[in-house]
Amino acid sequence: MKILVCIKQVPDSAQIRVHPVTNTIMRQGVPTIINPYDLFALEEALRLRDKFGGEVTVLTMGPPMAADSLRKALAIGADRAVLLTDRSFAGSDTLATTYALAQAIRKIQEVFGAPDVVFAGKQTIDGDTAQVGPGVAKRLDLLQLTYVSKIDSCDPQKGEIIVERRAEGGVQVLRTRLPCLITMLEGTNEIRRGAIDDSLRAARAEIVTWSAKDAGIADLSKCGLKGSPTIVKKVFAPTPRSERATLIEPAKTAAESADGLVGAIFAKKASLESDMAKLASGS
Amino acid sequence: MIDEKFDAIVIGAGMAGNAAAYTMASRGLKVLQLERGEYPGSKNVQGGILYADMLEKIIPNFREEAPLERHLVEQRFWMMTDRSHTALQYRSDDFNEEKPNRYTIVRSQFDRWFSRETQAQGAIVISETTVTELVRDAYGKVIGVQTDRRGGTIFADVVVIAEGVNGLLGTRAGLRETPKAEHVALAVKEMHFLPRETIEARFNLHGDEGVVIEAAGTISRGMTGMGFVYTNKESISVGMGCLVSDFAGATETPYGLLERFKSHPSIKPLLEGSEVKEYAAHLIPEGGFKAIPELFGDGWVVAGDAAQLNNAIHREGSNLAMTSGRLAAEAIFQIKSRREPMTKQNLALYKKTLDESFVVKDLKKYKDMPALLHTQAKNYFLAYPTLLSNAMESYLRVDGTPKLEKEKATLRSFVKERSWTGLFGDAVRLARAWR
Repeated sequence: MKILVCIKQVPDSAQIRVHPVTNTIMRQGVPTIINPYDLFALEEALRLRDKFGGEVTVLTMGPPMAADSLRKALAIGADRAVLLTDRSFAGSDTLATTYALAQAIRKIQEVFGAPDVVFAGKQTIDGDTAQVGPGVAKRLDLLQLTYVSKIDSCDPQKGEIIVERRAEGGVQVLRTRLPCLITMLEGTNEIRRGAIDDSLRAARAEIVTWSAKDAGIADLSKCGLKGSPTIVKKVFAPTPRSERATLIEPAKTAAESADGLVGAIFAKKASLESDMAKLASGS
Repeated sequence: MIDEKFDAIVIGAGMAGNAAAYTMASRGLKVLQLERGEYPGSKNVQGGILYADMLEKIIPNFREEAPLERHLVEQRFWMMTDRSHTALQYRSDDFNEEKPNRYTIVRSQFDRWFSRETQAQGAIVISETTVTELVRDAYGKVIGVQTDRRGGTIFADVVVIAEGVNGLLGTRAGLRETPKAEHVALAVKEMHFLPRETIEARFNLHGDEGVVIEAAGTISRGMTGMGFVYTNKESISVGMGCLVSDFAGATETPYGLLERFKSHPSIKPLLEGSEVKEYAAHLIPEGGFKAIPELFGDGWVVAGDAAQLNNAIHREGSNLAMTSGRLAAEAIFQIKSRREPMTKQNLALYKKTLDESFVVKDLKKYKDMPALLHTQAKNYFLAYPTLLSNAMESYLRVDGTPKLEKEKATLRSFVKERSWTGLFGDAVRLARAWR
């Protein structure tokens, strides 16, 4: 199987600071990590490879520094890394990003063979749009499975995959033909720790680095700031909520504590008591 | 199973490890460096001051690219009581030179840069990897390491152990004992962010000039320890540290001491309006010369904090680490060039050059100091600072008391506290330990 995983290098949100005056994210000096959601996609891709053979390629678009994240993905176990980097990509919104990524994936198809599955995380922790995965699928005319929580089975021979997808109100079990694009939900697996020879290989690996031209992107007007219709109008910090949590002191017995708790809830919302009484009487 | 063999494996990517890896890689040796943290520098904590001379010997033109904060033009030593400080202060425009001698740095940034330079020299650096075991052959010679990753042993001719002060690996491998509680200090520090201009105005600085304040006295509550304030570009590092053995026998907490230090009337205005964005704690080896363990053996050498190479009296550590790392690397390179094996006998060259350097010479000079400060902590950190402060206060306060009476009273206060023999003994002991 040929599997492609799209990852993004993001600032480590655990160490990020917001400028007190301008409300913008202060990126300077903040360590970068692989978008945590993408790691679930990477692990799922590696599991498919381990089961069916083949290779996992990781792809990212970003500044030259993004090579660090690709190297990390190689150290976890990916086989190949492609970095799409070009000044003309700077300032891309999701529309321009999906355009560039889709072009790069076409190029990967040409050079390294067509992927059976393209993986992505469900969203990034810096943009939080969840648009790039579906956008790439649309541009490449791939069937898309978003918010996947589990891959039940995969049959590369038949070209078929069955997954579980978390939807509102339940879990859908979906069967799709390959190739397709899957965005993985968080908490669905645990990223592996690469072996020491993966680390050595990653440290020495040559990362395939493509400019817009290398990736065969001719229309630069669709890239970067120029190709991005999204305008950030205003960034603001949310005002803290005015409600306060209340501490309910524990009573002597559990029953008394429960009474105190229920009493406190009813005191806040009086209608609840009559509603529940109605429910209990079965009317 | 890793098929390839390295010339050297360096454990740790702090000052000693980076210096060793850089020096060997730049001379063409095949080097693998393993770091436990998320990235080189992520776990490393220092005040911190960088001493240019020792880095210049490794990377001569480091000033062009290294992330440096401020070069130091002023040093303030403060003897403190809870309400006062008596200062010895030195500032010189001579420190505003083309190639300044000392800089403040932020280790997480500096170490990442140092590691990038090391990698550019050809060393392979793998982070998030803990060495769990030294692998030995049938004769006990160290021939490689085992890590917490899958894949078995990695082999090398020699292993440079630069794993830091709390070197669990070396202790487990029986190369040295666990550091004694009276030989390590526990320091806590905070980074207080302020606008550049505010820092420059408060500390009387221009451009990239910087100041260091080092303080001792009642602030450590009778324990052996000190506080510090270092100016960075847009932040101030404030910290406090005391011997672990003192903490163990006291009810004081490290953060409690730091809180009080920060609210001291002499310190508080310097930090006014700042925002704390980082805090850290770390152990510092302070046992000095007498705490230095075995430095080499068959197939291994140890450098930096792991070898307890730290000059607590002058608060120098990173330079001793860098120098020991470099000297270890140079010895290894020499042995390698002669096509000789990395035996204990050959690696003795490292200790020989280290003994001849300022590293061991300085530590030897102060060999009795740690024990003296430890046993006499109450006198040096409580009694004398208080006596000195009272003397200064009396000297400066104009209240109609004749000067002669004031001087007599001050002298009486010293004798009452320590007695004539006590005073004499303290002076002699201090002078002897300093010599």
